[in-house]
Amino acid sequence: MVPPTMRPKRRRLFLLVSALALLGGAAALALTALDDTMRFFHSPSEVAAGAVPPGREFRLGGLVEAGSLTRSGASVSFRVVDGAHGVTVHYTGLLPDLFREGQGIVAMGALDGGRAFRATQILAKHDETYMPPEAAEALRRAGKADGS
Amino acid sequence: MTAELGHFALALALGLALLQATLPLYGAARARPALMELARHTAIGQFILVAIAFGALARAYVMSDFSVAAVAQNSHSLKPLLYRMTGVWGNHEGSLLLWLLILTLFGAMVAMFGGSLRKAFQARVLAVQAMIGTGFLAFTLLTSNPFARVWPPPLDGAGLNPLLQDPGLAFHPPLLYFGYVGLSVAFSFAVAALIEGRVDRAWARWVRPWTLAAWAGLTAGIALGSWWAYYELGWGGFWFWDPVENASFMPWLAATALLHSAIAAERREALRSWTVLLAIVAFSLSLLGAFLVRSGVLTSVHAFATDPERGVFILLLLGIATGGALALYAWRAPAVGTGVPFRPVSREGALLLNNLVLVTACATVLLGTLYPLFLDALDAGKVSVGPPYFAATFVPLVAPALVAMAVGPMLAWKRGDLAGALGRLWLAALGAALAAGAALAYGETLAALGLAAAAWIGLGALVEWGERLRLGRAPVEEVRRRARSMPRGAWGAGLAHLGVAVVVAGITASQCFQSELILAMKPGDSARIAGYEIRFDGVSRIQGPNYRADRATLSVLDDGAPLAVLGPERRFYPVERQHTTEAAIRTTFLADLYAVIGEDDAQAGRTVRLYHNPLVPWIWIGAIVMALGALLSLSDRRLRLAVPARRRRQPATA
Repeated sequence: MVPPTMRPKRRRLFLLVSALALLGGAAALALTALDDTMRFFHSPSEVAAGAVPPGREFRLGGLVEAGSLTRSGASVSFRVVDGAHGVTVHYTGLLPDLFREGQGIVAMGALDGGRAFRATQILAKHDETYMPPEAAEALRRAGKADGS
Repeated sequence: MTAELGHFALALALGLALLQATLPLYGAARARPALMELARHTAIGQFILVAIAFGALARAYVMSDFSVAAVAQNSHSLKPLLYRMTGVWGNHEGSLLLWLLILTLFGAMVAMFGGSLRKAFQARVLAVQAMIGTGFLAFTLLTSNPFARVWPPPLDGAGLNPLLQDPGLAFHPPLLYFGYVGLSVAFSFAVAALIEGRVDRAWARWVRPWTLAAWAGLTAGIALGSWWAYYELGWGGFWFWDPVENASFMPWLAATALLHSAIAAERREALRSWTVLLAIVAFSLSLLGAFLVRSGVLTSVHAFATDPERGVFILLLLGIATGGALALYAWRAPAVGTGVPFRPVSREGALLLNNLVLVTACATVLLGTLYPLFLDALDAGKVSVGPPYFAATFVPLVAPALVAMAVGPMLAWKRGDLAGALGRLWLAALGAALAAGAALAYGETLAALGLAAAAWIGLGALVEWGERLRLGRAPVEEVRRRARSMPRGAWGAGLAHLGVAVVVAGITASQCFQSELILAMKPGDSARIAGYEIRFDGVSRIQGPNYRADRATLSVLDDGAPLAVLGPERRFYPVERQHTTEAAIRTTFLADLYAVIGEDDAQAGRTVRLYHNPLVPWIWIGAIVMALGALLSLSDRRLRLAVPARRRRQPATA
């Protein structure tokens, strides 16, 4: 508590210090949270090259391979490809409205022990002509890998 | 022909804006009344011209004039009239014109209602407002002409994204833009005050109503957008910490801080230069939002996918406006002065705490929103920062402000009595303890904290009203007299705080007590969720005005007795070749039963997703209450008349 006899100068110092403490605390909180919650993006080729250990959450982007979609109950499986490699994705839930074979998608989830991707969330852009930038990036990276 | 008329009107408006941005400044510096007076006429003229342009574009949409490129790309003759009209702002070009319309409307309002401002000051405010107008008019004309023609005109249009063909979304942009652009007035006032090197009570008294109006629009707009996301996207959630949602949330946080610091500046001449800085920051965040949405740098449901040229232009506008204003601030803020000092435990101290927390929370949202862009720009990998980050930073940061929210209004100006305030809040403390106990009985610690905060804030607002009215301590006559004479600002502030309590309760309960069920169902199948039995009775084909749909029939049974029928749809819009999900929601205002359907599978059946969301409607009800609180404050005659401070001691307002 602040003594009532505090001088204006000390009072200002008190305010400044408490503001800095709040900012410092917030910065520490934000940076640890960023470190813990940030999710990297990887393409199927990177997954095939073993860039991601099983169990670590990341975003997978690419095209849904035509003819790869199978359903069982509310669960679906399909393959996400980037032209060079593919990853099998398992997902339980409703697929986005724009989910279609041949379309670009981004899936959030982690690899299981058998190197298949367990998705917790599937995103497709809400626009017919539009490719999610991350899916486009996966195709670009795969193209680069082939060319070099 | 009308399209060319609209184009011409915009060009004329740019001419007027250029005049208004320069001559009145010169006039104010040299004390030339005629040049200062000019600003008022050009401001009204600009608004009329932009309104003509807007009318011309709206006519092209309503008449389905497909020779206008924007109409051909975004409309269709089969679309219902309402969506042909709201389609005007359902795309980049048209929404920019709406932005301009509101910007010039605010300029015209400053010109019309600013009669009691000092002439030189009004001229400077309008000149700054015209600088912003010049930037956006030039942006529209140079990169995003809404009146460009196509030849030959197509037989029919390409249609509007079906997700946007929805009444909730039809009115979301106008409200949101009213908020975004309304903050430009606070910005113009701040810059004009810095030019003059003078911030006094009258200044703060002028800034408050404009900020209140903008804030009410922003609050309602964000709430409407979140409601739309809730029922239209079919994900059962109401806020996804999507970058574009953040883009609207950051100016809201800054505007909330500004509202509160302007009270201290108005009543006590405290926090003066800080208030000026906040006004600059709030509108800069609006501009940042415009950049994020319109430049195509983001992946989002809401982003207009556009070319980088536009992004660079807005970034330039943002740089000039923010950079210029901040440079001016660095140079002139010492002349403005920090304001009258105060003790940490006082009303001013509480307002400062509110400001520190809101600004810090805003900074963490900014970091989380921009961090992926920075990493991408540095080629350090593509990352996403999602809801877990915001939950881990935003919630703990805001918690102390929620606790202080009930106490602040009970403290006296300059020197407050914390122990006394806490003692008078015993009823709120009791309510908080009961709410926490009830939640703990269900074994939910987080829910206990959230519901306790909601009870504390809500009851705190009621206790504060009771204190002002001397409820229970003075005779009924006296209480009535006090209720009649209590300023609208005090009613409004309490109401807004009550709204926050309702929102906090809604968010907490819907997050902690949500039930979710995903399964494949065949006709006759039943499922149980939150004590209800849901029976799948089958799917029928229906034909809408510009779509066809599968509509499921889900009977809600309570102990075998039919309670309601839910009809979630999966629609197909042939023009746009796009599917959408229409959720079916049964609300009791205490909880929502929410159903969506997915695709059909011959063997497994129809995928059905069910949610039970307790208190979720409170989120939007609370937001509306907050906006109503702001409007009530706005109707306070002390703000409307903008009279100089009266000598008589008035009951303190928050």
